[in-house]
Amino acid sequence: MSRGITGVTVIMPSLEPAYPNAGATRHGFLTRDILFPILIWFSGLPSVTLIIAEKVRGRDESVEFSHPKIMSTIQPIADEFEQHPDMALVERVRGGDLKAFDELVRKYDRQVFRIAQHITQNREDAEDVVQDAFLKAYEKLDQFQGNAKFYTWLVRIAVNESLMRLRKRRRGKMVSIDEDIETEEGSVPRDLADWAPDPERNYSQSELAEILRKTIQGLPQGFRIVFVLRDVEGLSTEETAETLGLSIPAVKSRLLRARLQLRERLSRYFRKNKGGEK
Amino acid sequence: MTCSEFLTLLDDLLDGTVSSETRAELQAHLHNCEHCEVTYNTTRKTIEIYRSHELYELPTGLRDRLHSAIMARCKKVC
Repeated sequence: MSRGITGVTVIMPSLEPAYPNAGATRHGFLTRDILFPILIWFSGLPSVTLIIAEKVRGRDESVEFSHPKIMSTIQPIADEFEQHPDMALVERVRGGDLKAFDELVRKYDRQVFRIAQHITQNREDAEDVVQDAFLKAYEKLDQFQGNAKFYTWLVRIAVNESLMRLRKRRRGKMVSIDEDIETEEGSVPRDLADWAPDPERNYSQSELAEILRKTIQGLPQGFRIVFVLRDVEGLSTEETAETLGLSIPAVKSRLLRARLQLRERLSRYFRKNKGGEK
Repeated sequence: MTCSEFLTLLDDLLDGTVSSETRAELQAHLHNCEHCEVTYNTTRKTIEIYRSHELYELPTGLRDRLHSAIMARCKKVC
């Protein structure tokens, strides 16, 4: 399908399963970073729009990526090969320097603890996950390829350890990041009341923390994990997809619904003439 | 632009990943649609609140205890 004479639009199915089990290896090696230069080169046009579509639980989902120039595609790839500061620490650990691993633990233990808490929703489990995730990272460091950030690799281990911990608590019942996501809630905003200005000021710090905890805990797990990784921990969409073994369209779809559901639920506390009436 | 079209691009607008042309279209829609303006502002606020409030802090005592346990276990497998 073409769009004008300066560009080309390609509609294609997703090359990766939408909802593989957490931690499953992703299939397909053709990412859009590879596809864009190929399509631009073959078409001879300066612009390419790639629409990746897939059927998710009977629902059509698609996401559109546009690259106006080939250089904008090549640049991020080049950036990925620049060495992250953590790689120097990783190399020292590989050389037997335990102090370097000590530094990595100090650097990321808070983040791993937060992620584990958000997934397990249990303090003791989160403490165990922190220990197990770092120990596993230490033991498996030789398997870390260095083509991803050490932090992203560590988060993937922490997410898997957290899901395993949940499974243990549920006596072996399967736990996956797809859990409870078949909900229409949040797809379309319903509560359209505006919020009070600085609504959090109507609550004490502890009250606000309780509201935020309760609200995010109420999200389906598959949405909560995506929201935490993307919006709380600051991973990119691509890193979140890589970490969770999800496709990029699936991450984007879940993130939108997570954000809208959280917004809707917080509206109960923050809407005008509500917070001020407590 | 319809409200549905706006909604499909809401995340990109929030994340700042839209082109200047699309941004202008989205802002023009926001200017004329109170519902979408409320949705946009409150969703943005939702993200800000969660980013700025640490819900699960790691207390220093627990952190030190976990740290010691991790390093002791690592030494064992050295």
